[in-house]
Amino acid sequence: MTTLPAPLSGSEHNYLSRDYHVLSWLLTKDHKRIGILYLVTITAFFLLGGLAATLMRLNLLTPNGWLVEGATYNKLFTMHGVIMVWFFLVPAVPAVIGNFIVPLMIGARDVAFPRLNLLSWYLFTIGGIVALTAMVRGGVDTGWTFYTPYSTGYANTYVFLTATGIMISGFSSILTGLNFIVTIHTMRCPGLTWFRLPLFLWSLYATSIIMVLATPVLAITLALVAAERMLGLGIFDPAAGGDPVLFQHLFWFYSHPAVYIMILPGMGVVSELITCFSRKRVFGYSFIAFSSLAIAFFGFLVWGHHMFVAGESTYIAFAFSLLSYIVAVPSAIKVFNWTATLYKGSISLETPMLYALGFIGLFTMGGLTGLFLAALGMDVHVHDTYFVIAHFHYIMVGGMVMGYMGALHFWWPKMTGRMYPEWWGRFSAFTIFIGFNLTFFPQFILGYLGMPRRYHAYAPEFQTLNVMSTAGASILAVGYFLPLCYLIWSLRYGPLAKANPWNATGLEWQTTSPPPEHNFESIPTVDQEAYAYHLMEVPDAR
Amino acid sequence: MLTAFRLFPETGSTIAKHVDHLFIFLLIVSGAITLLVFVLIMTFALRYRRRRGDKTIPPATRTYTSLELTWTIVTFCLAMVMFAWGAKLYARMFDPPDSAMVVYVVAKQWMWKIQHPEGHREINELHVPVGQPVKLVMSSQDVIHDFFVPAFRIKHDVLPGRYTSLWFTATKPGSYHFFCSQYCGAGHADMVGQVIAMEPSRYEAWLAGTAPEQTPADAGAKLFVKFGCAGCHGVNAPTLAGLYRSQVTLQDGSQVTADERYIRDSILDSTSQVVQGYAPVMPSYRSQVSEVQMMQLLEYIKSLKDPAAEEGRIKKP
Repeated sequence: MTTLPAPLSGSEHNYLSRDYHVLSWLLTKDHKRIGILYLVTITAFFLLGGLAATLMRLNLLTPNGWLVEGATYNKLFTMHGVIMVWFFLVPAVPAVIGNFIVPLMIGARDVAFPRLNLLSWYLFTIGGIVALTAMVRGGVDTGWTFYTPYSTGYANTYVFLTATGIMISGFSSILTGLNFIVTIHTMRCPGLTWFRLPLFLWSLYATSIIMVLATPVLAITLALVAAERMLGLGIFDPAAGGDPVLFQHLFWFYSHPAVYIMILPGMGVVSELITCFSRKRVFGYSFIAFSSLAIAFFGFLVWGHHMFVAGESTYIAFAFSLLSYIVAVPSAIKVFNWTATLYKGSISLETPMLYALGFIGLFTMGGLTGLFLAALGMDVHVHDTYFVIAHFHYIMVGGMVMGYMGALHFWWPKMTGRMYPEWWGRFSAFTIFIGFNLTFFPQFILGYLGMPRRYHAYAPEFQTLNVMSTAGASILAVGYFLPLCYLIWSLRYGPLAKANPWNATGLEWQTTSPPPEHNFESIPTVDQEAYAYHLMEVPDAR
Repeated sequence: MLTAFRLFPETGSTIAKHVDHLFIFLLIVSGAITLLVFVLIMTFALRYRRRRGDKTIPPATRTYTSLELTWTIVTFCLAMVMFAWGAKLYARMFDPPDSAMVVYVVAKQWMWKIQHPEGHREINELHVPVGQPVKLVMSSQDVIHDFFVPAFRIKHDVLPGRYTSLWFTATKPGSYHFFCSQYCGAGHADMVGQVIAMEPSRYEAWLAGTAPEQTPADAGAKLFVKFGCAGCHGVNAPTLAGLYRSQVTLQDGSQVTADERYIRDSILDSTSQVVQGYAPVMPSYRSQVSEVQMMQLLEYIKSLKDPAAEEGRIKKP
């Protein structure tokens, strides 16, 4: 973008070196530092959630489950689900990458409400500690879905404490969403009109709307579960005139939109990466932007597709199936537009681009297998089997985690001022791609064969595919461990990053790496659309 | 047969092949789209790969609205075909034929209790004759469970406090796993069993070989007296003869079919669906009737035939 101040090369202090005192981090109102606080926190949660998954996959090596017994296994998958959904996937791109990048991308000095931003990190961390306390004290065994009446009347584990932790961290989600909505509305720099916004901001805007509207329903639902457990209210208990299926309606009214909270930011990241590494303006800007909003809107109307065999009426099932197919269309539009963007580009396959292409491929597979589940007669067979597990891991891990890793590598130089080692980056991206497919593809077959989810022991005919899946998981674990090592290594030994190492268009690349405390020396102005790569020269391929 | 490694599940019911046909259709369409996306990405990534020293600026992307509309409309139409096919199959899966033989399934942590109309009880096993539609009327004593027979491609949740049902017609003799597929606690993975499909003659022999204690209807007749039902019904409360599957007019004028669910709800929640012309005076039996007793009462009520119905005076659905 044209009329921009020259990068601050001689600046003495950046946001990292300004002050090294611990309190300067814990009391910071700087969106960049808060982003880093989130990064450290969710990495710890990711490792814990991954540890639970590792123990589960090891246990499933043999049909009789050699490692842990049923009750322990149930606590492990609950821990894995609770941590990965609420304490990793939901905050991953919005709270880490979003917090760091949104004000930089719109040419602002901070988010609209810096104090609320810090409060949201504290709420998130406190919620996380409360949930972890429950796990340390003995765990919870309801599954991350907390289905009643099991969770209200039968589970003898730390349901209340875990629900409290999730509820507290939910407020952090709401505050972050609110902050982004107001920031994007009011703090765009001069000239940055809505249709000049990078697509990452459109997707984050759509995500924020879902966060603000859906998360309160989760809080209400969990409060009802807690109240029923403590006071025996009888909202969900059929013996007291309640309806256990009501819980499922309430829960999925949040948790289906939450799926889009988890995937939309990843889609936004991919739009940034694809354009930068193919030196192309994005194909179908407005189609991608509006498809984010369409997903956010229709995402609220499909919750009943989790309940096709739960006892809902046939006609309601028809309606939810139809709406689920409609929400598939905007997702497909995005995939086609990204692919078309590559056409006649000048493509270089650096680590972030490898992750972006991996996202497109795996998200496509995850989305298409979603069509199997949306088909009513098909869902009856594969519902609650490993087919579902494989489907949502293709979206959540194949899609979202790939997007997060791509984002982390892409903006790492901006965040830390250091380059990561490119060879190791590519190597681990390939490792993750191969490990991921080997882990989760066999689970599609297992699901169609009929292996139910949440089984610590299984019928012997399922063993071969389970062994393949566990083998893949060990490769996947290596793939995730490598970036942890080399990214930490790069903090000290990585080459110093230039202000704009990828020669990318976004405003965030117009300031130094890492940026000064208030981002820009003077507020930039924008006079052209996003991704004007055809007006920039091509950098040398590495 | 149960332990061999395979990539495709065996087919043991009439509906299974229809599910497989839909599966193969979805597999072909999604396989083609996946292949298209992968081939395009790989081709573009290699064909347009930036060479060292190449400083050519690629042409600006132009968005072709016609192309956008084409893939939007094509995707939408494909999605609608999938929707219609899936919905049609689903409607069929949950519409049991009238000739179906009713078997009761009661789930509890962590076992399946099954009772045949002739009175035979089984635990974690379900014997059925091949070629005969079987309707399972299911209920749970505690949490939500789910009855899932992979070889039959059917499943449905089993709920506390209400009846749900499933039906199938087994096509070939054999034993097929069934699983609980709704997470229900520590013993969830142990809540498995086998459907044993037998030639009708062998099924008859199996029935004859395992003498029932008493039929559920007989047991229900005793409960009908014990709970005091007989004191009112037929006297100053509606007669129950011929009630099952008849149309009942309620106080608000609406009509319902008196199926298992209606009768069950009327016993447990006795004032919610009162028949027109009667006062809501029946007490609730919610905490008094167990799931097994409920099933026996139902069988008894179903066995009460109305002579008038045989003459065609009461319209049957």
